[in-house]
Amino acid sequence: MARITLNVNGASHTVDVPEDTPLLWVLRDTLGLTGTKYGCGIGLCRACAVHLDGEPVAACSIRASAVGEREVTTIEGLPADLSHPVQRAWITEQVPQCGYCQPGQIMGAVALLARNPQPSDADIDEAMSPYLCRCGTYQRVRRAIHRAAEEV
Amino acid sequence: MGTITKVSRREFMKATGAAGTGLVLAFYLPLGSAESAEPFTPNAWIRIDPNGTVHLWVHRPDMGQGARTALPMILAEELDVEWPQFERVMLGAADANVYGSQLTGGSTSIRTSWERLRQAGAAARHMLIAAAAAEWEVDPSTCHASKSTVVHEPSGRSLGYGELAERAATMPVPEDPPLKDPEDFQIVGQPMPRLDHPARVGGTLTFGMDVKVPDMLYACVARCPVFGGTVAGYDEAAARAVEGVRDVVEVETGVAVVAESTWAAMKGRDALNCQFDLGEAADLNSAGIAELFERRGADEGHTTRDDGDANAALSTASRVLNATFEVPFLAHATFEPMNCTAVADEERCEIWVPTQAPGLQHQGVTQHFGYAPENVTLHVAYSGGGFGRRILPGYVVEAVSVARAARVPVKVVWTREDDMHHDQYRPASRHILSAGLDRSGNLVAWKHRVVAPSITGTHFGGDLQAAAGEATDGAANLPYAVPNCHVDYCRADTAVPPGWWRSVFNTQNAFANECFIDELATAAGKDPVAFRLAMLGDAPRHRGVLELAAERAGWGEPLPAGRYRGVALHYSFQSWAAQAAEVSVEDGQIRVHRVVCAVDCGIVVNPDDSAAQVEGAIVLGLTAALKGEITVEGGRVVQGNFHDYPLLLMREMPEVETYFVENTIDPTGIGEPPVPPIAPAVANAAFAATGVRVRRLPIRPQDLRRA
Repeated sequence: MARITLNVNGASHTVDVPEDTPLLWVLRDTLGLTGTKYGCGIGLCRACAVHLDGEPVAACSIRASAVGEREVTTIEGLPADLSHPVQRAWITEQVPQCGYCQPGQIMGAVALLARNPQPSDADIDEAMSPYLCRCGTYQRVRRAIHRAAEEV
Repeated sequence: MGTITKVSRREFMKATGAAGTGLVLAFYLPLGSAESAEPFTPNAWIRIDPNGTVHLWVHRPDMGQGARTALPMILAEELDVEWPQFERVMLGAADANVYGSQLTGGSTSIRTSWERLRQAGAAARHMLIAAAAAEWEVDPSTCHASKSTVVHEPSGRSLGYGELAERAATMPVPEDPPLKDPEDFQIVGQPMPRLDHPARVGGTLTFGMDVKVPDMLYACVARCPVFGGTVAGYDEAAARAVEGVRDVVEVETGVAVVAESTWAAMKGRDALNCQFDLGEAADLNSAGIAELFERRGADEGHTTRDDGDANAALSTASRVLNATFEVPFLAHATFEPMNCTAVADEERCEIWVPTQAPGLQHQGVTQHFGYAPENVTLHVAYSGGGFGRRILPGYVVEAVSVARAARVPVKVVWTREDDMHHDQYRPASRHILSAGLDRSGNLVAWKHRVVAPSITGTHFGGDLQAAAGEATDGAANLPYAVPNCHVDYCRADTAVPPGWWRSVFNTQNAFANECFIDELATAAGKDPVAFRLAMLGDAPRHRGVLELAAERAGWGEPLPAGRYRGVALHYSFQSWAAQAAEVSVEDGQIRVHRVVCAVDCGIVVNPDDSAAQVEGAIVLGLTAALKGEITVEGGRVVQGNFHDYPLLLMREMPEVETYFVENTIDPTGIGEPPVPPIAPAVANAAFAATGVRVRRLPIRPQDLRRA
């Protein structure tokens, strides 16, 4: 077991987990932050996307012990009242279907807009193509990102 | 999937109420199969609390399709309740005899609930008005309901539904409450936001994977990767040596490692280093399955349609075309892999599961372990996709087995690889078609033989006729006027378990039908849309969607250089869908730019969500057309994750436009009908671009480079 201190959504947590445990399972099983989803386990679908110091990463593919001092932001770290422009746009455009991939999609969109406040369709294609959705919400994800960009 | 049985109001609706509880109206929604109305066994309830809150209990799971918003909309419309002042409670499964399979499948949620929900809403409204009229001692006909309030117009008095609820419960349930004219609908037909989307966007919706019960541990099961094989040996000590592993138990499906975290369970499972008894399917591979299909296709088929004399008409036709189409097995790849949480002993069990058939699974668990039905409690968790994967009870029975053996509450988690290796797959199939044209290019003969495994036959038994009906759904009901038409089925089971996959056999049959029709149009020297329309004289709703799609797609108008169009039409689950796809092809690589879809599903209850279903159906179908293929080597599935079973990506997403035929016919399904047309529409557009006919899916670059 390894003792690891993580900064998650503005709070510090110290956990005892096997040293090789991916961040995903510490968030979900140890900290109870189940908004971050398991989809593939090998960084191919981004259902588990979280931010490390604002940069989107696949939480299934980084060990919790490798996070260090970096600030982890999960879907639960966005405003609980859904007031973030990306969350508002997601509701307005009625993006989700089943919703399972959406926490990852939203974290990806928030990171994209932080880096590029007015993304073109090509920018969205490039940034969001790693984020898979089986229900097929891509058209609405695109619309919601454009809508959020107008509001930011 | 079943028909609505007409029973009188008296048999399906009753009011109850006690001091302080307001109005409770219990009613009965059809199950789609055997109907039991006596004794009165309600499976849906409306409750209006004294504080005015309206509750609706419904028996249909929601795996993303929005039934949990659309069903309350139907009720709210007739009840005249202010939207969205609504609490919905999802029923768990109790006795399957009462609740049926509670299946979300066959695009039935709206279709089978429409009439009863309207009647129940109208009855409750009528009783609330009667209660107000009694209170005011006026004629009920001078009162009307609007936005959760009853108003007496002459005096201007009003009372809220909450204030009236208790008295309303004492009013007689009306025999045949008048229903609204669809022209007067205020809620149905409006694009209503999905009620549970805030929780989806906030990441707080509890999917099955997110369920946590007290003292719960996590488990992964090692299963033999070869279909029908078993675990023959394993290194228990190695698994137990993994940090966090608490137990190793044997179950029917394999060996479960129970641990303090999902990660520890996964690692412990890997450490088992299982040896397997591979069983009889160890030599099965995709090439052998294709050979089997070819062999079976040469046998005699079970006929499901036989008009005129197709063989005679072919022998005298001025032109005969033959083609064979092949499609592969497909995995569902629901984004949330299978999982199930269970607390169980020998007497009783409690289950939390993402499911689309809670009743069927409740029954499966009850029968497998011999539990008394009332001792099995099944909670329906939200599902991260379903598409037909979450129907059979296997993954639920397995979780209960693990919980019983380990004697702890346990969540069994399937990895993506587990899910892909142990799915029930959309059946691979082979389609042998022949058609004859007369001198004027009219279709005079059509033969379609479907060679495929049987889904219901595999899982539920039944005769060849039932299997043939299922496998030729979408083939036997070819809509085009052809005097000589023969459709039959050759059953070809393999060790690969088949399953229902969004729109079932309609994906395969629509691909074969609509590609071949396109080929015939070309042979007849006719425009593909005009060729089809000319044969749809007696099929107005087919014609309606085809004309609408063609018009909105600008069919016949010039396209930018390098763009080509294809069209396809298909009827399934009582709805009609036509699609026109615009593609370009470069060095065999096909790119779909735009898809125009027209649908006729009667009254569209929630148009924006229905459009979302169309978009999703097109993505699922396009993924299958361009990428999807499960292959088998050594009796096991080759693909395991999204690197070798890729999904459509954002950058590959076409622009999708959805149009609904406007009418006031009772609503039918929307989840499945838009899936079947996309593959043939794209294949036909690929032909327009390259001159190469697509005869197999997925469409490979090497197939289109032949020209």
